Amino acid sequence: MTVNNRPGVLNRITGLFTKRHYNIESITVGHTEIDGVSRMTFVVNVDDERTAEQIIKQLNKQIDVLKVNDITDQAIVARELALVKVAAAPAIRQEIYTLIEPFRASIVDVSKDSLVIQVTGEPEKVEALIELLRPYGIKEVARTGTTAFTRGAQKAAANQKTAFII
Amino acid sequence: MAKMNVEEQAKTKTRMSGSMMLIEALKAEQVEVIFGYPGGAVLPLYDELYKAGVFHVLTRHEQGAIHAAEGYARISGKPGVVIATSGPGATNIVTGLTDAMMDSLPLVVFTGQVATSVIGSDAFQEADVVGITMPITKHNYQVRDISELPKIIKEAFHIATTGRPGPVLIDIPKDITTAEGEFDYDEEVCLPGYQPTTQPNHWQIRRLVEAVSQSKRPVILAGAGVLHADAANELRQYAEQQNIPVVHTLLGLGGFPADHPLFLGMAGMHGTYTANMALYECDLLINIGARFDDRVTGNLKYFAPKATVAHIDIDPAEIGKNVPTKIPIVSDAKAALQELIAQQGKPADNAAWLEQLNEWKRRFPLHYEPEAGTIKPQKLVEMIYELTNGEAIVTTDVGQHQMWAAQYYKFNRPHRWVTSGGLGTMGFGLPAAIGAQLADRSATVVSIVGDGGFQMTLQELSVIQELGLPIKIVIVNNQALGMVRQWQELFYEKRYSHSLIPNQPDFVKLAEAYGIPGLRAKTEAEAAEVLKQAFAMDGPVLLDFHVRADENVYPMVAPGKGLHEMVGVKACEELSR
Repeated sequence: MTVNNRPGVLNRITGLFTKRHYNIESITVGHTEIDGVSRMTFVVNVDDERTAEQIIKQLNKQIDVLKVNDITDQAIVARELALVKVAAAPAIRQEIYTLIEPFRASIVDVSKDSLVIQVTGEPEKVEALIELLRPYGIKEVARTGTTAFTRGAQKAAANQKTAFII
Repeated sequence: MAKMNVEEQAKTKTRMSGSMMLIEALKAEQVEVIFGYPGGAVLPLYDELYKAGVFHVLTRHEQGAIHAAEGYARISGKPGVVIATSGPGATNIVTGLTDAMMDSLPLVVFTGQVATSVIGSDAFQEADVVGITMPITKHNYQVRDISELPKIIKEAFHIATTGRPGPVLIDIPKDITTAEGEFDYDEEVCLPGYQPTTQPNHWQIRRLVEAVSQSKRPVILAGAGVLHADAANELRQYAEQQNIPVVHTLLGLGGFPADHPLFLGMAGMHGTYTANMALYECDLLINIGARFDDRVTGNLKYFAPKATVAHIDIDPAEIGKNVPTKIPIVSDAKAALQELIAQQGKPADNAAWLEQLNEWKRRFPLHYEPEAGTIKPQKLVEMIYELTNGEAIVTTDVGQHQMWAAQYYKFNRPHRWVTSGGLGTMGFGLPAAIGAQLADRSATVVSIVGDGGFQMTLQELSVIQELGLPIKIVIVNNQALGMVRQWQELFYEKRYSHSLIPNQPDFVKLAEAYGIPGLRAKTEAEAAEVLKQAFAMDGPVLLDFHVRADENVYPMVAPGKGLHEMVGVKACEELSR
């Protein structure tokens, strides 16, 4: 979704979700290539198509909303970044390095008894890595939420999901 | 040198303070009246108002100002303009904003704000008005720089009056009203994110024409969208051309003549049996400018179960929101109706349906038991209807009296009915009557209110007296919050928790204290007499009618029930009269 980058616009959008009783799974906001225009990406869990349609219509009614796209069923590039602080005594660090390597995750901070791991990718991948790290003792997790684009070339619709990305 | 001077002069001409800009913008928008209340943050603005001699109505509470503006907007079709100060002034208009939002009334509301330098410091009379009003306005602004002010005002009027109308609020910090800047009001409004669709999709129109020709039991549900689009003539033409019966929502009343043979009455919780059964039994439901409110549909599970639904609405979000819709038409009601009329489609083969509806209309009319020793509220409304030849502007509060007014005052003309529908705001009727009368000076305005709601905004009697507005104030006094009492009787085993008010003040003396004549009646004969007197008077008058206190509004669709499950329906052969 693209919006005018005006004061309070994020408040308008999240307020609308609250008013209409929709739950936001995640939300990301940032500038676009156009001056004064921001992109917001939401992941929203809804029960049916009708609710998704209603959300889009309500968003479209906002004066500062320029364009809304439901990209749930489209070919998309979706990325999330997570920082995971894991308890890691020096003895098991090597094990963790090996573990995160296939995820192309990296260590961004090391201290006496912990590591901070940064991972980027689709939410499922981030989820998988967090699960693998859990047995070591996760101290903190910070996730950005999903931001997404449609791909340049669209293939046939992917399988139906219940989470809607707008 | 001389040339320079001319240029400089031209430049100084358009340079002005924020307050002056606001006045100039209101002039450019041809605003005839402002409803408002001054205060610290809007002092510079009121100083300019004073100098400019703009017509400003000082209500006695900001809520009165915004309801008056709503009444003005409802009757004139033009935006109502309100000014309130920061903090409490602004929070006092919150109810009115929500009311206007729910009932799609165009308002442009200016609120003062503390100076930019102290915003966020919990300054005296500071409130986060933009935050508070975000979900209850169509759009709102806080002016951050004097250079934006003209553009924002112009956008506000544009947004309030186009598409689905609604309230727009502009919050102006005090320093902006005194800051100077260039005033340019000629620039076109450019809002890429706001492009309402007003013309119907041709293919969907064809689908509807086809559906009508195939249908056996079509019905039109017409809402206030017809009135906003000024499409009463087109609605009548279309219904007559296609021979389709019409039912109204509460707010739609007057869009189709009540005495027309194709009119079935109001639908919904207190609608007529025929209107509700028509919605239940129809095979094609054409909704024009109504939003399928729960008070109209009853339990959605049983709503129009046999029908193909077509929905014409300027707001795409209303289509399919509550009721699955086969034929969606996003359009202004007038444009869509004109297109439908031009198609000259084959009318439905619906003779049997019309016969059935006429039979219901004859057998199950609205009814009440007459009782001459008291005043039956229904009879009271009928008497007012007769005395005003059905031509009056009627404003109401919310509750029993509102339903009786809707049922028994037969509106044959559009833009005569001013009531709070979606939000159901008590205290709406009296201030709304002020705005309605100012919008149509020659009209007879009757404000039918309850004894409960009246006391929520009665201070506006001052304004009525001061301006000499000849409003006839009718208090349907049952010494109770009647609709609450009725629900407690029906659904809470007569536990009348805080709904009975046996010690109401003497409303006649109260009126006199405000310099308005007051009259009282306790029987039907007295009521007839005081009504005659009241309508013969030139100025305002307050009438206190002590009606049957335990009278209930029927028929009724109980909450959770379908429209076909009405209670209080009697066949005419069972009626005593």
